[in-house]
Amino acid sequence: MSAEPVNSQQHSMPEAWVRIRGLRYTRGEQVIFDGVDMDIPRGRLTAIMGPSGTGKTTLLRLIGGQLHADAGTVEVAGQNVAALRSKALYRLRKRMGMLFQNGALLTDLSVFDNVAFPLREHTRLPELMIRDLVLMKLHAVGLRGARELMPAQLSGGMARRVALARAIALDPEMVLFDEPFTGQDPISLGVLVSLLRSLTDALGLTSVVVSHDVQESLSIADYVYVISAGRVVEHGAPEALQQSTSPWVQQFLQGQSDGPVPFHYPAPDYRTDLLADSP
Amino acid sequence: MMGLLQRLGATTLGITERIGRGHLFLLYVLGGFPSLLPRFGLVIKQIYASGVLSLLIIAVSGLFVGMVLALQGYNTLVDFGATESLGVVVALSLVRELGPVMGALLFAGRAGSALTAEIGLMKATEQLSAMEMMAVNPLHRVVAPRLLGGIIAMPLLAAIFSAVGIIGGYLVAVGLLGVDEGAFWSQMQAKVDLFDDVASGVIKSVVFGFVVTWIALFEGYDAVPTSEGVSRATTRTVVHASLAVLGLNFILTALMFGDD
Ligand SMILES: Nc1ncnc2c1ncn2[C@@H]1O[C@H](COP(=O)(O)OP(=O)(O)O)[C@@H](O)[C@H]1O
Ligand SMILES: [Mg+2]
Repeated sequence: MSAEPVNSQQHSMPEAWVRIRGLRYTRGEQVIFDGVDMDIPRGRLTAIMGPSGTGKTTLLRLIGGQLHADAGTVEVAGQNVAALRSKALYRLRKRMGMLFQNGALLTDLSVFDNVAFPLREHTRLPELMIRDLVLMKLHAVGLRGARELMPAQLSGGMARRVALARAIALDPEMVLFDEPFTGQDPISLGVLVSLLRSLTDALGLTSVVVSHDVQESLSIADYVYVISAGRVVEHGAPEALQQSTSPWVQQFLQGQSDGPVPFHYPAPDYRTDLLADSP
Repeated sequence: MMGLLQRLGATTLGITERIGRGHLFLLYVLGGFPSLLPRFGLVIKQIYASGVLSLLIIAVSGLFVGMVLALQGYNTLVDFGATESLGVVVALSLVRELGPVMGALLFAGRAGSALTAEIGLMKATEQLSAMEMMAVNPLHRVVAPRLLGGIIAMPLLAAIFSAVGIIGGYLVAVGLLGVDEGAFWSQMQAKVDLFDDVASGVIKSVVFGFVVTWIALFEGYDAVPTSEGVSRATTRTVVHASLAVLGLNFILTALMFGDD
């Protein structure tokens, strides 16, 4: 499998904010990553795509320092995340935001208080200013009117948008987005796509979007990594990726069930499995 | 035989490991106590939450326990013609033993199980993870105020249990059994010692509040993050916390009243 970039402009990319080298991560018997190298450039929008269950969420947790690699290094802003003591790790985390796959809103706080939470924890801003900041973030995701609602009253897509507003509340340098497009209707999807793009361009945010939505990811990303079976199978600019001759990448981009990527989780032969007499 | 030994060994190791983790957890949580001082509102909120949860059941149970104490005590004392000491018997039983112990058992069942479920669900829905990623330590922000809240709420609840119990005892003794009202109160005042009896009850309930809340929070934090895992953890909280309260009560009683 080729792990060489399919475009030749990599040397013109800005410096890497996240640098992953030789990453290996296992869960019991299961090898989730085996020799992953990745550079996530500062101030750009990088998409990481791959079938569900390949470890995209796991990768974000490794970047955020919640999980530790078995081998290899994950560097963020020049610091080896696994080697940081908790004070330094927390200082680094103030510089990044993370949008969790299911939102992970604090269920005992209203939408407003959820977005205000990081501001109240980490700044001494007066309540009036916090209010303005929260309303601005909520406005950006189209939920200023929902500020009084409790998380239980939100749909999955709305909860994820509130979580997005919370992730950018402290104006971080990098935001990790875990499946931001899932559960969005076409209108909010369009708004989200342009929001991610404009956050990256206007604020110089380093964005990492993890997704299995091929079209949306390709349409907004500056750079794309495709991972599968514990490795990076292809990376490059979106246009270059679409030209890729790798049957693997073509199958994934076109969404075909037949090809080098198995649709099935590893299993014994279907026929023998069905015909087996013992349960 | 080997298999049995092996299982025994594995179980022992498992238990030892969990106890170790429980103590580490406590250490980290206690590390968050200093940061609670400037934000004592967080603690007040937890005292209120667990206090209100348990208040009704504590008050009702206290009333009935006090009434039963009066009935049973009367039957014994009447043979010695000492029924005017009934107030002392009721008050001492409640303040020394039943207030702290029953209060803690009820607290474990009501507030403890709720704490475990709350923390376990926060873990299962990644709320604790999300806090970590927001550079907020959940052990300090979520767990520490609940522990301190439990430590403060428990003696208050035990005091309410005892107070309501004494009223229940009074109702039965004076209203039903015809014990002299003046003797009931004056004997109680004369024989119940502020330091020996009341303070030892308060010390007990502070210890129980600490242990019950600690177990409840650890079980929640350590729960397998699924609905089944959380429900198991909730059950374990009630069982372990109740056993811990009863065991500790014996030790504390032996220490405090053993040599007089
Ligand atoms: N808590 C866990 N315990 C055991 N295995 C897990 C756990 N979380 C994830 N996994 C496994 O790790 C793999 C990667 O999971 P994940 O990173 O969530 O995938 P993705 O986000 O790409 O869909 C999956 O195969 C899953 O079975
Ligand atoms: Mg995922």
